[in-house]
Amino acid sequence: MKFEHFGTGIIKGLAVTLRHLFRKPITTQYPEQKLTTSRRARGNELVWDITKCTACGTCAKACPQGVIRIVTSAKPVENRYVVEKFEVDTGYCIFCGLCVEACPFQSLLMGYSYERAKYRRHEVVHTNEMLLPSAKRPASGYMYPKLAKALPPQTLLIERDEVKG
Amino acid sequence: MALKTESFALNIGPLHPSTHGVFRMRAVLDGEVIANMEPVFGYLHRGIEKLAEERTYTGVIPLTDRLDYLASMSNNLAYVLAVEKLAEISAPERATYLRVILAELQRIASHLIAVGAFVNDCGAFFTPFLYMFREREKILDLFEMLSGQRLLYNYMRIGGFNQDIPDEFLPALQKFVSQMPGFIDEYDRLLAENEILLARTKGVGILPQDLAVNISASGPVLRASGVKWDIRKADPYCGYDRFEFDIPTGTAGDCYDRYRVRIEEMRQSLRIIEQAMKQLPSGAVKSTVPYLVRPPAGEAYAHIEAPKGELGFYLVSDNSIAPYRCHIRAPSLINLTALRDMTVGWKVADLIVIFGSIDITMGEVDR
Repeated sequence: MKFEHFGTGIIKGLAVTLRHLFRKPITTQYPEQKLTTSRRARGNELVWDITKCTACGTCAKACPQGVIRIVTSAKPVENRYVVEKFEVDTGYCIFCGLCVEACPFQSLLMGYSYERAKYRRHEVVHTNEMLLPSAKRPASGYMYPKLAKALPPQTLLIERDEVKG
Repeated sequence: MALKTESFALNIGPLHPSTHGVFRMRAVLDGEVIANMEPVFGYLHRGIEKLAEERTYTGVIPLTDRLDYLASMSNNLAYVLAVEKLAEISAPERATYLRVILAELQRIASHLIAVGAFVNDCGAFFTPFLYMFREREKILDLFEMLSGQRLLYNYMRIGGFNQDIPDEFLPALQKFVSQMPGFIDEYDRLLAENEILLARTKGVGILPQDLAVNISASGPVLRASGVKWDIRKADPYCGYDRFEFDIPTGTAGDCYDRYRVRIEEMRQSLRIIEQAMKQLPSGAVKSTVPYLVRPPAGEAYAHIEAPKGELGFYLVSDNSIAPYRCHIRAPSLINLTALRDMTVGWKVADLIVIFGSIDITMGEVDR
């Protein structure tokens, strides 16, 4: 073991940490304060627009995990299929967003919220009405630039921090 | 009177904070000195290569995110390049430049963790680590803006990107690029001359040049041993030959050189990003690609300079919608094979430092 600078390196390093003491903190106290997520956030469960859905099943085929399950009734009404069951097992969902990209009728969107802890296992399976958009389940602008424009801008850490030479 | 001594086998891991994941080292000790070292891995095996055989070509992209989870963007890029080579698709010019920007940002983010975790292993308890996490967080913010997630981006697609960058991306990136050199200088003031770091890393865990070449090491581990080999220069992809940058190399091949090479590479990455931002053309970000890519029967290998080394994807197609075979050449795994030769003869405390200096991600080692 050989020391090269006899302590000057450590003093230089301590000067950096000392200067750090006078910087503005850039952390957030999470449950009380929250940052705004990306406008394209791939959060929470899917948001499903039932009026546009034609039950074509493209989303189910695009899903790499096989999470989406669609049951349609045998008798089409008004020249379109009726969805009996649209089921998403979010326990297996990897939030890749490929189903949203695949949907040819813009009826499937990613969710915008991100706290998804549940008390019971069966609660992670979402069917029909649970997937409809509501005030509690906003849609994100993933793959939909017009929707993204309406959402609040993302908090960027880079706006908070300045380097001091 | 001679004391009766015997060697002692010590298990480090699989769940140990310094193993960066689930990795087990079976070290045979002679006193405090390592007499033999046997790496045991496979604790994180998820069968990604096999899973890829039953997914569509697009459906494999989320899987590649989970290989080297600290550099998902680079994994996406390597895979996407392999499929594009196989199916003879070319990405538009704007997408090519964006790929370069994102791959270099990802390299900075990955090296920040590599250096931070490495000095953490040396005993600098979390101060430099969290300083570097602060800057990595800014990169993750940028990636979140593009792709919607912070770690598993799934942003690149065969033939380009799934969506164009938002308007606020380039100003934020510009701000980051102008700030980052100052922060790298700050790390240098904090660490580069620190006596304890120098004593722990200089001359420790030397990987000789010929051995590094023989085990086909790549990335900063190889370059620290003095071999000037970088796929961005040796076999340019994504138009890397249009940019001006240097390949930092070390001389001794010790832990300190590996640390220096990573710091210098961050500076070079910033240089590339600046040039790419200036040259970034407008236009589409995705070429017309059928929804289900069905490449002609054949095989292709594409490799990139990922943050940890040469990352290659070998794909075999049988003209169906899913790859017939997908083999991944993971840099972490191959760099890890040098661990035994680097550690034998050093003490247990040095083992942790040497292991940290290789910079591995277990998701990539076990796949």
